[in-house]
Amino acid sequence: MPTPSITLEHYLILGAVLFGIGLFGVLTKKNAIAVLISIELMLCAVNINLLAFNKYITPEAFIGQIFAIFVITVAAAEVGVGLAIIIAIYRNRLNINLEDFDWLKW
Amino acid sequence: MLPMFDGIDWLGVFFYILSAVIVVSALLVVFSKNIVHSVLWLVISFIAVAGIFITLNADFLALIQVMVYAGAICIMVVLGIMLIKRDDMNKTNMFNSQLYFGGAVALMVTFLTGFASYKINYSGNPPMVPENSVESIATLLLSKYVIPFEVVALLLTVTLVGAIYIAREVKADADS
Repeated sequence: MPTPSITLEHYLILGAVLFGIGLFGVLTKKNAIAVLISIELMLCAVNINLLAFNKYITPEAFIGQIFAIFVITVAAAEVGVGLAIIIAIYRNRLNINLEDFDWLKW
Repeated sequence: MLPMFDGIDWLGVFFYILSAVIVVSALLVVFSKNIVHSVLWLVISFIAVAGIFITLNADFLALIQVMVYAGAICIMVVLGIMLIKRDDMNKTNMFNSQLYFGGAVALMVTFLTGFASYKINYSGNPPMVPENSVESIATLLLSKYVIPFEVVALLLTVTLVGAIYIAREVKADADS
């Protein structure tokens, strides 16, 4: 079998770029829901890295795939609770701008 | 691993097309002004990530990705947006005051991790991937990793109850 052109580095760089885009969204968005979906992008990058390591390092043990399943489950739970919190805050404040959430300041 | 027939490296072709789709749609998620458009681009991005999972011999994870992320999570986010009233949808996804600082930090993290990934010098062919990954995952998940599996099930139950409790309707005369 000839050496394939796509190696572990390609997947890791793709994961790094996707993580950077998600981090940019988390740091710079005003809307709380936009921050949640940017966190989803970051978790996707983590899953790509886990599966790439699973394929190229230990394909027999399936550790990466099983951890990716757990990451997906926890991400679903996080979105559920996060949206519930955002809806509760909106009900009190009629606003989901993250810069206006400053009750803990004083 | 995908076979290389016709002299064309199909793995490389698929990888570059899917990567371009992922990066462009992720940038559109961040840069759209309308948050509903952001979520729709997020669906595209997740489906392309599922394609990347297929090139990584993780068929079951690709299925889970499409069902859970592209299906359930995005629909849930769209429902959450619908429950939040907005007068102008075109201004729902703006940047906050730390745009340049956040951009600089994200660029720095991307370059550092990308450079470190580029420098790892992984060499050689990947080891052979076993067939029947779903059966192996099922056996491992219910034997060696059964405790995390049960903990995750408990976490999902707690999340369900907690989300209902947090988002439930509060009577106007009940608080304060």
